[in-house]
Amino acid sequence: MMLDAPLTPTLDADADRDTGAPAQARLKIIDGDVHPAARSMADVTQFLAPRWREHLEVYGSRRKLGMGYEPYPKSAPRACRRDAWPEGGGNPGSDLDLIRKQYLDAYGIEYGILGPLGVSGQSELNQEFSAALASATNDWQREYFTKPEPRLRSGIVVPSEHAEASVAEIERCADDPAFAQVFMLTRTSEPLGNRRYWPIYAAAERHGLPVGMHVFGSGGHPYTGTGWPSYYVEEGTGHSTSCQAAVSSLVMEGVFERFPRLKVVMIEGGFGWLPALTWRLDKVFERMRDEVPHLKKRPSEYIRQHIWVTTQPMEEPDDRRHLIDTMEWIGWDRLLFASDYPHWDFDDPFRAFPAGVPAEGKRQILAGNGRAVYRLG
Amino acid sequence: MSDIYKGAIDCDLHPRVPTPRAISQYMDDHWRDTVDLRGIETWDSISYPPNAPLTLRPDWRKLGADTEPGKAAKETLDRFGFAHAICNSLFAVQAFRDENLAAAFASALNDWLAAEWLAKDPRLKGSAVLPIQSPERAAEEIERLSSDKRFVQVLMLAMGEHPLGKSMYWPIYAAAERHGFTVGIHAGSSYHHALTGSGWPTYYAEDYASQSLGFHTQLGSFICEGVFVKYPRLKVVLIESGVTWLPSYLWRLSKFWRGVRNEVPWLDRSPEEFVRDHIRLTIQPFDAPPSAAHIGRIMDQLQSDEMLLFSTDFPHWQFDGEEMLPAGLSPELVRKILIDNPLATYPRLGRQT
Repeated sequence: MMLDAPLTPTLDADADRDTGAPAQARLKIIDGDVHPAARSMADVTQFLAPRWREHLEVYGSRRKLGMGYEPYPKSAPRACRRDAWPEGGGNPGSDLDLIRKQYLDAYGIEYGILGPLGVSGQSELNQEFSAALASATNDWQREYFTKPEPRLRSGIVVPSEHAEASVAEIERCADDPAFAQVFMLTRTSEPLGNRRYWPIYAAAERHGLPVGMHVFGSGGHPYTGTGWPSYYVEEGTGHSTSCQAAVSSLVMEGVFERFPRLKVVMIEGGFGWLPALTWRLDKVFERMRDEVPHLKKRPSEYIRQHIWVTTQPMEEPDDRRHLIDTMEWIGWDRLLFASDYPHWDFDDPFRAFPAGVPAEGKRQILAGNGRAVYRLG
Repeated sequence: MSDIYKGAIDCDLHPRVPTPRAISQYMDDHWRDTVDLRGIETWDSISYPPNAPLTLRPDWRKLGADTEPGKAAKETLDRFGFAHAICNSLFAVQAFRDENLAAAFASALNDWLAAEWLAKDPRLKGSAVLPIQSPERAAEEIERLSSDKRFVQVLMLAMGEHPLGKSMYWPIYAAAERHGFTVGIHAGSSYHHALTGSGWPTYYAEDYASQSLGFHTQLGSFICEGVFVKYPRLKVVLIESGVTWLPSYLWRLSKFWRGVRNEVPWLDRSPEEFVRDHIRLTIQPFDAPPSAAHIGRIMDQLQSDEMLLFSTDFPHWQFDGEEMLPAGLSPELVRKILIDNPLATYPRLGRQT
């Protein structure tokens, strides 16, 4: 879809045109990126111990941004679709009835994988608080979303910079089948392949959980290697670079040698960047493999085997064949549909794909691949 | 050996830069004493470790690229019949924290290049290294060299203190445009920040791979800040960026721009249009599989036959043998990449040929 197109959904008319069938009978969709929100922080903080509830009240969330909110004002309030605000009040993504009506039912979503953002326990300076808040976020996801609505599955939010607490949180949540993956953010304090994060990957692998790495977060560095850009349009475009830094690091550090069953899903960075990065890493590896003797395969082989990418926001070249080439280079079995509901740059599963994507490839992206990647038992 | 490279313009050749002490011979007494008294014996960036395979191609090492670099470069130009080569000095001027020291070293380095390389072979042209720590002084350096026609470009690194499109750097672009200098951005970092937004990668291989991310940021910054609206004759060359990252990044930038263009209302055209008009890329390294079929599809994604400039990246090891261009390019495109595009990109070069 075009981002400057009207954001009012024309759901059923378009969907029916696509398949000629009502939503219930259509192909099921697995959505790798849906954002839940709290009506107010109290929804989440009720799961915090009194000590940490008080801490939050007195000192607030102090993330490595130096600000209570994001450094770049979003394009819309809470970066959300204007039609996603519940009539009865509360934030977009907080009203389960509206999520069902506007999204799950309307599009025939089989599973939507939740990714909590904002004050959710990641990027906090105080690591003990980070761990407590991540646990509370996970309990909140369960009570408010996955218990009442089995089509929603969640990610185990971990306090990434505190590996020991992250492992404990994975162990605490892993038995609950409502958790389909471990959920991290791409802007960490060290590149994501760094050894400090390995206990998290060990725990994820042990429980058969993929690790979702969603763009955002703040690890205490400027958002780019050359300082802070000025504009939201630059930050948004630049998310693909944080995905590239993560994939490069995971591959070159040998994470996939050490954890051969680990699956990693890159979320909300688009996917067009992956082929060029893969070619580049292969070339660099070829030239300097003596520096990384722990790698037994070429970077492209690790990427092909271990990395999945969600499609949103889907790139839109003028010539749609360019996008289809790109999808082919990545592999039809490595792309996962994501909508980013209820955010403003929402991708509609029936309208986001350019014409000419092979039907089988589209089926894989919309549901087949998600079924193979996420723990949906 | 074929003669397809005859008359080509190599837009990225690296002279071997000497020690601070040798450069200091081009400084005034105060700064020469400073180098001496403060013991600035080495000032090496962690970019391009001297013995890393990427830094020096083995057969070029045999040619003497490290011991008699001028001779080795000359032999390479002779052998292929290049008309020109643009010399990009990689010396960690950008890493100094002291802008005075940076300005002294930048000027001395440029004078060293002029004396030791440009004066010795008229085919060689220069890029002026700028003390980016102070945009005003960088502009002064451009003014200082503006009458020396051998300098055709000003040179900055892919990663520094701030994204380069910000208005604090505009004095540089005003001076560059005024004197017809092309703005070159070369792979490399001042390392004043971690190399990625998520910290420092462990290996040099990752460091080098990450350089392309710096180019992503700079491209977005130049476009979004409106540099090309303000300086419509400016051309920016992304040197040693890898090339193939560009199309998908542009798709993404253009999509976001369509969505939030009210944030940057001074942009009167799409990012793609700015790129076609103002951005050029040197061709080595070209991050792609070797197959001509792949390369054909990638070239189609670039949607322009005017954006690529020939480069060897001598003496860095980007290709083997004489395969200086990706496979499967048409003879017309090869001619543009080797000669026409560089001439169109470097007005100061054209003035002398």
